[in-house]
Amino acid sequence: MIDEKSSPQFVPSPPPPDVAIRLQSVELRYGEKIVLSDCSLDCTRGHTTCIIGLSGAGKSTILRVANGLRRPTRGCVFTLGSEISKLPETEILEIRKRIGFAFQYNALFDSMTVAENVAFPLYELTDLEEDEVNERVKSALESVGLDGEGDRLPGELSGGMQKRAGFARAIVNEPEIIMFDEPTTGLDPIMTNIITETIKNIQHKLKVTCLVISHDLPSVFAIADEIALLFEGTIIEYGPVPKVRQSPNPIVQQFLQGSDVGPIPV
Amino acid sequence: MSVAAPRRPGLFSGFNRFVEYAGGLATMFGEVCRNVVTLNFRPSEVIRQAYFLGVESWTIVVLTSLFTGLVISLEAASQAVSYGLSQFVGGSVAFGEVRELGPMLTGIVFAGRAGAAITASLGSMVVTEQVEALQSMGVSAVKVLVTPRLLASLITVPMLTVFADIVGVYGGYYMAWLRVHMSPYTYWHSVQTTIIFSDFYKGLEKAAVFGVLVALVAGYEGFRAEGGAEGVGRVTTHAVVTGIILIFVFNFALSFVLFP
Repeated sequence: MIDEKSSPQFVPSPPPPDVAIRLQSVELRYGEKIVLSDCSLDCTRGHTTCIIGLSGAGKSTILRVANGLRRPTRGCVFTLGSEISKLPETEILEIRKRIGFAFQYNALFDSMTVAENVAFPLYELTDLEEDEVNERVKSALESVGLDGEGDRLPGELSGGMQKRAGFARAIVNEPEIIMFDEPTTGLDPIMTNIITETIKNIQHKLKVTCLVISHDLPSVFAIADEIALLFEGTIIEYGPVPKVRQSPNPIVQQFLQGSDVGPIPV
Repeated sequence: MSVAAPRRPGLFSGFNRFVEYAGGLATMFGEVCRNVVTLNFRPSEVIRQAYFLGVESWTIVVLTSLFTGLVISLEAASQAVSYGLSQFVGGSVAFGEVRELGPMLTGIVFAGRAGAAITASLGSMVVTEQVEALQSMGVSAVKVLVTPRLLASLITVPMLTVFADIVGVYGGYYMAWLRVHMSPYTYWHSVQTTIIFSDFYKGLEKAAVFGVLVALVAGYEGFRAEGGAEGVGRVTTHAVVTGIILIFVFNFALSFVLFP
């Protein structure tokens, strides 16, 4: 492993206060396989940043690096003002309490009801009284359109409802950042629209920083303030939506047009 | 042309794996101990797990112990009577059950029943990202998933061993009566004069250690699951095998220390 501290060109640069997440020259390897390479990104506080890219490009890995579930082999990651890539696990846990995470396959605890799933972070991380927990669970379920579904088990819900239950669990602790991993994958167009609107509503209501991984372009254009395109482990384009849409980069244009002709190997 | 020396890849990699495994178990045990000392666990979850792991294992433990008591007595009673040593039958059955077979067989059955259940449950949670969900919330998976199960095992295995001891000794009496018409007085007097309370108590100490071992290995293996159902099956098998081997090793070591 290369020690970046001894590397003359690498100087960790803490982000300004308006940046919630900074990835700086991040590299992540699994053995010989390079998943992320010289990957840099700033996510502005209160904005929704969408990371798009081909399947297997390393999009979900970026989320895990950003909340400390994976440590980069090189480079550094600042999340909510702390260099999370260098912290011990106990301190990372404290930062993760301020981050909500909605998983691609929901990751709901299948032995618990929806309400118990949503209440779980509150019971584990706070000293709230039961009445207040119930109130916040009810409010979170209403925010995602699942009021009245709290007593059902995850297995009894449709895919879209499970997604929204995962969202409710991610927002119930009033996090400063919410990460969505492929929120619309595997859903029909109607449910995709509902999920997209739900994310927009969550962001609008809670004024949180959202980091969304997706390759569903209509959904991305609907919710994103900034877009980053990840290609072969590197962010090759990043900026506000109009800037990315008008990018002269042929890789970006091929991806946005969904064409099989261009520099991206098919 | 030079010929490369034959490599011996298994020697150090096997040692490294052993050290890594032992270190992983020790680290997890340290975290569980810290959670227990700081009361950082939910008692209701411990009770729920104790019910699930203990009650579900009860029938198998009782059956295993009953037939063990029966077979020891079956072998011992006829031989002992033919040599005029019938006054030792009850003692030999109780001695074997209380000090060795009761705790060990309970531990082995517990590893096969409860240990497999723990690993399969945790392994499934790993491959469906539920454990990662816990971590992403800032919640320690060891605290929520392993600590209550380990405490439940620590409580239930000795309790199961008490049942196993009683059933095994009674099974031995039944077979002695059936086989050689041994009087209750001869059998139970032999039990009373052979077994002292510390034997019984030390047997329960062994059982408690086996409970901790099974839960620890099962939890650790569960967290190592990867790759879906096949991966869960693989770590479950590994957890049961490792748990049983460790029970045999620790049983020898504990017998050596506790019954000098």
